[in-house]
Order: sequence, then structure tokens, then C-alpha cells
Amino acid sequence: MELRQKAALNGILLYVISTVFVAYLIFSRLEELSTWVALLWIVLLFASTNASINSFRKEAGREFFYYYSIAKPQAIILSKILFNAILQFVIAALTLLLFSVLLGNPVENMSLFSVVLFLGSLGISTILTLSSAIASKTKNNATLTAILSFPIMLPTLLTAIKASMLCGLGFSWEDCQVFIVTLGLLNIVIVMLSFILFPYLWRS
Amino acid sequence: MINWWKSLTIILLLYTLIGGLLIPVPKQVILYESIRNLYFHVPMWFSMIFLFLMSVVYSVKGLSSNDLSFDTKAKELVNTGIIFGILGTITGSIWAKFTWGAWWVNDVKLNGSAITMLIYLAYIVLRGSLEDEQKRARISGVYNIFAFVLLLVFIGILPRMTDSLHPGNGGNPGFNNYDLDNKMKLVFYPAVIGWILLGWWIASIRIRISKVTQKLEA
Repeated sequence: MELRQKAALNGILLYVISTVFVAYLIFSRLEELSTWVALLWIVLLFASTNASINSFRKEAGREFFYYYSIAKPQAIILSKILFNAILQFVIAALTLLLFSVLLGNPVENMSLFSVVLFLGSLGISTILTLSSAIASKTKNNATLTAILSFPIMLPTLLTAIKASMLCGLGFSWEDCQVFIVTLGLLNIVIVMLSFILFPYLWRS
Repeated sequence: MINWWKSLTIILLLYTLIGGLLIPVPKQVILYESIRNLYFHVPMWFSMIFLFLMSVVYSVKGLSSNDLSFDTKAKELVNTGIIFGILGTITGSIWAKFTWGAWWVNDVKLNGSAITMLIYLAYIVLRGSLEDEQKRARISGVYNIFAFVLLLVFIGILPRMTDSLHPGNGGNPGFNNYDLDNKMKLVFYPAVIGWILLGWWIASIRIRISKVTQKLEA
């Protein structure tokens, strides 16, 4: 149902492109890994926040009753998580591509880095999905999504940044195993919690 | 003796104050007499976590029963927990100034406490922006549970993966190894119980006040 909103999707993609371009104009070339990784995750964080702020807005009005009557809450949260995750993967892939083209790519272990990017994106987008579901019940939607999700997102984000630093420095699977496994477990916890808690939100 | 635990609280805390300041402590380099802060700083965090945990318990109960009184309890427990969090930060900050040399350092546990505060302030803002009582109870309950689980990950698991200036992390010896000798344990454990009981006491008074206010408004 989100695919109907072509303009919003293109808007997010354009948002990523212009943000990376601004970064390119400022830095022109980034050799230092830590800045590169930090910038990448900040761009991803804000792009995904923008993408998911609206993910429950349409359900606030009359359409809500329609969905309420035809679908189970579990099905709805799963489909929302799935959609936002896929969108986030697209954003992540695009950001990575643009970063490599414009700012250079200092990452040494690229395959492992992609895994970290995948897991981190999944965690961030799921937390944002539930947060925006909570915030959609209130009036100041956009601000609340950010203040609700940023503090609880930090465990995922910090683990992802640490893991991507290690991959960037060229460490192998054995060395950053701890962080990647933690990231995976965190994702499982987040998805389970959203799955259990969402029906309570949906009922109101 | 219905309120035996309140008397116990007073006795334990008086003992903590007097014993904590007078009973001899092991002499440690850098720490010196500031080691006595252990009886005040550390129990603050224990009490805070205890209050937040109880708040989550009431949120779960509230979600499964739709009873608004559980929501009031959850809210007031969070409010009390925040007070203890602020006290823990202040005592920790003073201690850090005299041992590490700065009011605030970039340490994983300090960041954890800052994030805890952010999460629960967000909880209060969320409550403030919802007007309908039933809705507020349900939605803030959901956020409370979600945030607490991730908070446990943040302050429980991640610090063990990184270095910290705190005792017991990153090559620093833990208090348990040798500093916390038997004399200190004699004050420390009663202090923890005393502060937790005090937190529970304050929360229960706040719960009663807010119930009375709700009745008066209705």
C-alpha cells in the first residue's frame, strides 16, 4: 500500500542523494575511516527516520477502520516491518554506492561490512516502525518519533558502528563475530517485541 | 505492624548514614575516603533500576487487564526512578571529579545513564501528548516495556563488551575483589536495601497522591 505513494519514495531517495552530495562538497574526499563510518550511519539514520515517520500516518484516518476490519494486527506489523526493512536496504545500498563513488571507499572487508550494514539497517528500521506506530497515536507525530526512537536505537547503532569500524579496518569474521552476533540477537529481540506489543497499540 | 518495612527503611538508612561515615574503610590510592560514596552512589542506581522494573511489571499488568490504576502506579514509579537517577548522576559526577578528575567522562556507563534519562523523559513527553486516559495507559505501557528491554541490553550487555573506567571493567579491579572487605559489606548491603525501600516508599506516597488528585478532579 505504500508503493502507491511514488512521490514519497522518490523524495526519500532524493533526500539521500542530496545529503551525500552535501557531504561530498564539504569533504570532497574522505580517507579517514572513522569519519567515513560515522557519516555513513548518520546519513542512514536520518534517511530512515524520514522514511518511517510517515509509515503510520495514513492509518490515522478513515482507512484505519478498513484495515482494522480486514487484517490481523500481527499481519500488519509484520508487513510494515518488512516494507520498511526493504526500503531501508535500498536506502543503505544507495548510500553505500554514492559514498563509494563520491567520497571513496576505505572499507577493507567489504562482504562482512555488507552483513553489518544489513543487520544494522534491519534493527534501525524495525525500532523506527514501532516508534512511529506509537507516535502516530499522538498529535505531534514527527518530533515524537525521533525522541522515542533515538535513545532506544543506540544499542543497535553503537554495535553496528563498532562492527563496521572493525570490518573497515579489515578484520576477519573471527574478530568481529561478537558484535555481529550481538547485532543479530538484538534484531531478534526487537522484532519479537514489536510483534508482541503491536496488537495492544492497534486495538486503541 | 503493617508498616514494619517503613521502620526498617529508617533504621537501615540511619545505619547507612552513621556507619557509612564513621566505620573505618580500607585505604586505597586515589579513592581514599571518597570510597564511602559507594554507600550512596551505587544504591541509587540499584533503586532506580528496581523502580523502573516494577514500573514495567505494572505496565504489563495494565496491558493485560485494562485497569487504569496500574497505569498510575507505572507512571509514579517512573517519576520516582528519575529522581533516583538524577541523584545517582550527581553523586557519580562528584565522585568522578575527585577520582578521575572530571565531572563527566566519555565512559560507557555514564552514557548509559544519560540514555536512561533520555528514554524516561521521552516516556513523560509521550504521556503528556496523549489526552485520552485509556489510550495513554495502553500506548505508554507499550513504550515502557519496549524501552526497558532495550535499556537492559544497553546497560547490561554492552558495557561488558567495552572498556570502562568503572571498577570491574577494562582491567580495573572490581570492588568485589579486595576493596569491598567484610566491614564495607556490612554497610553496603543494608544501604542497598534501605535505599530501595525508600524508593518504594516515596513511590507509594506519590501513587496515593495522584489517586487522590484523580478522584478530586473526577
